[in-house]
Amino acid sequence: MDIAFLSQTMATLIKAVPTTLLLFSLSVFFGGLLALLIVWMRVSGNPLLSGFARGYIFVFRGSPLLIQMFLVFYGLGQFGVIRYSFLWPFLREPMVCAVLSLALCTAGYSAEIFRAGLRAVPTREIEAARAIGMSGFLLVRRILAPVAFRHALPAYSTEIVLMMKSTALASLVTVWEVTGVAQRLISQTYRTMEVFLCAALIYLVLNFLILQALALLEYALSKHRRAPSAAAGPLPR
Amino acid sequence: MSGPPRLSVRNIRKSFGTHEVLKGISLEARDGDVISLLGASGSGKSTFLRCINLLEIATEGEIFVDGEEIRMVKKGGHNQPASQKQVDHIRSELGMVFQSFNLWSHMTILQNVIEGPVHVLKRPRAECIAEAEALLEKVGIVDKRHAYPAHLSGGQQQRAAIARALAMKPKAMLFDEPTSALDPELVGEVLRVMRALAEEGMTMLVVTHEMSFARNVSNRVVFMREGVVDSAGAPQDMFGSGASPAFRQFIGHFGQA
Ligand SMILES: Nc1ncnc2c1ncn2[C@@H]1O[C@H](COP(=O)(O)OP(=O)(O)OP(=O)(O)O)[C@@H](O)[C@H]1O
Ligand SMILES: [Mg+2]
Repeated sequence: MDIAFLSQTMATLIKAVPTTLLLFSLSVFFGGLLALLIVWMRVSGNPLLSGFARGYIFVFRGSPLLIQMFLVFYGLGQFGVIRYSFLWPFLREPMVCAVLSLALCTAGYSAEIFRAGLRAVPTREIEAARAIGMSGFLLVRRILAPVAFRHALPAYSTEIVLMMKSTALASLVTVWEVTGVAQRLISQTYRTMEVFLCAALIYLVLNFLILQALALLEYALSKHRRAPSAAAGPLPR
Repeated sequence: MSGPPRLSVRNIRKSFGTHEVLKGISLEARDGDVISLLGASGSGKSTFLRCINLLEIATEGEIFVDGEEIRMVKKGGHNQPASQKQVDHIRSELGMVFQSFNLWSHMTILQNVIEGPVHVLKRPRAECIAEAEALLEKVGIVDKRHAYPAHLSGGQQQRAAIARALAMKPKAMLFDEPTSALDPELVGEVLRVMRALAEEGMTMLVVTHEMSFARNVSNRVVFMREGVVDSAGAPQDMFGSGASPAFRQFIGHFGQA
């Protein structure tokens, strides 16, 4: 085993980790916001809004992310309105295109996950909230959202891990994140195995950390489901 | 007694589709009244209670809380509250206690009790906590204030739910079969709390199957049958010789006739 080559490769790849993390966090953030909007439309009771949300979810869940990304990267510029708009300097950037398509896609999945969470909020608890005078945003903020989020968290964790892996696709629209840099190394060295193993290891470590953080969050948010003694006790691990 | 009635309901009708559940019900509760609503299953007791705090919207009729009329508008042939703000305000003035407690399971008992005062009434948190602890003391579960609802017995949960409603300092309280979901040995502890409230002068409208409560605690008994008030009166009259044949038959099922 060529330790020198491996550590050199690792060092090069690690330099690309910030780009991967930026892609990941921006798309999870904007995707999450967009998902909230889509969920709101979906459950609004307005047939037009809810129809749009259904369509959105179908399109972004039903087509390959890679194709969505290519369409955003190569396709947007074909529209004159976009090409000559003030947004073009941004939309021309590979990073922006990648974040845009990752966010659009994860919003479709997350919207369905959040909606399932919302449906798990007991009607009785909603009624109790209405009965003391809560409605609208207050009801959402105090009762619906916290309970729905707790229910959605396990499925949402999976979606977040999938997002981390999906950032690898951004290499195909020339964003130099971990996978992109790995491919460039391979084209220079032809040592496919070692370079990709290093890259895989980086993703594993990142996802391990993310999953740990999410598990902690889930533990903290499910105090009410544990036995009283365990609720006060230390973290079992 | 001076001032407007705490609660005044005039000629309430409610239909679900073509099924008319309430066929014109009127009722008035003055300050300190404790009214027991009795009736067979399906007679519309819950629906009536839910119409008063607008969890159901009556098809027709007028509701006044402490003299304030709930404004309705016709929308597409249906009655709708004119203002959600007024609805929220009215609800904050009426404490509701449900058959199945309906505590918020993700909050501790104390958090359940201060939720309304802090976030609906927007009162200072420290003040609300002090009041909540006093209320929990009163209903006998102050030692459970940091527990979650799932860790309490049914009787304790219902007492917590009563404390939650009381924390809003309601003008009247609505109880929908507060003891029906409880094991028989836990019924007493909840009834004791309700009795204490009645003695303090709380205005209460109680749907119940507890004949001892109707007979001994309330000052008025209303018997509903098929969506109308069949008969109403003071408990000594209702449970005495003045009972209607239908009420006599109804209480016969409880072995109390
Ligand atoms: N949301 C609803 N949609 C349709 N029908 C309803 C609805 N709620 C109640 N009903 C009907 O209205 C009638 C009265 O119901 P309600 O719950 O008010 O009776 P109740 O007197 O409280 O009975 P119980 O003692 O069983 O609680 C029943 O026939 C019931 O099926
Ligand atoms: Mg009922």
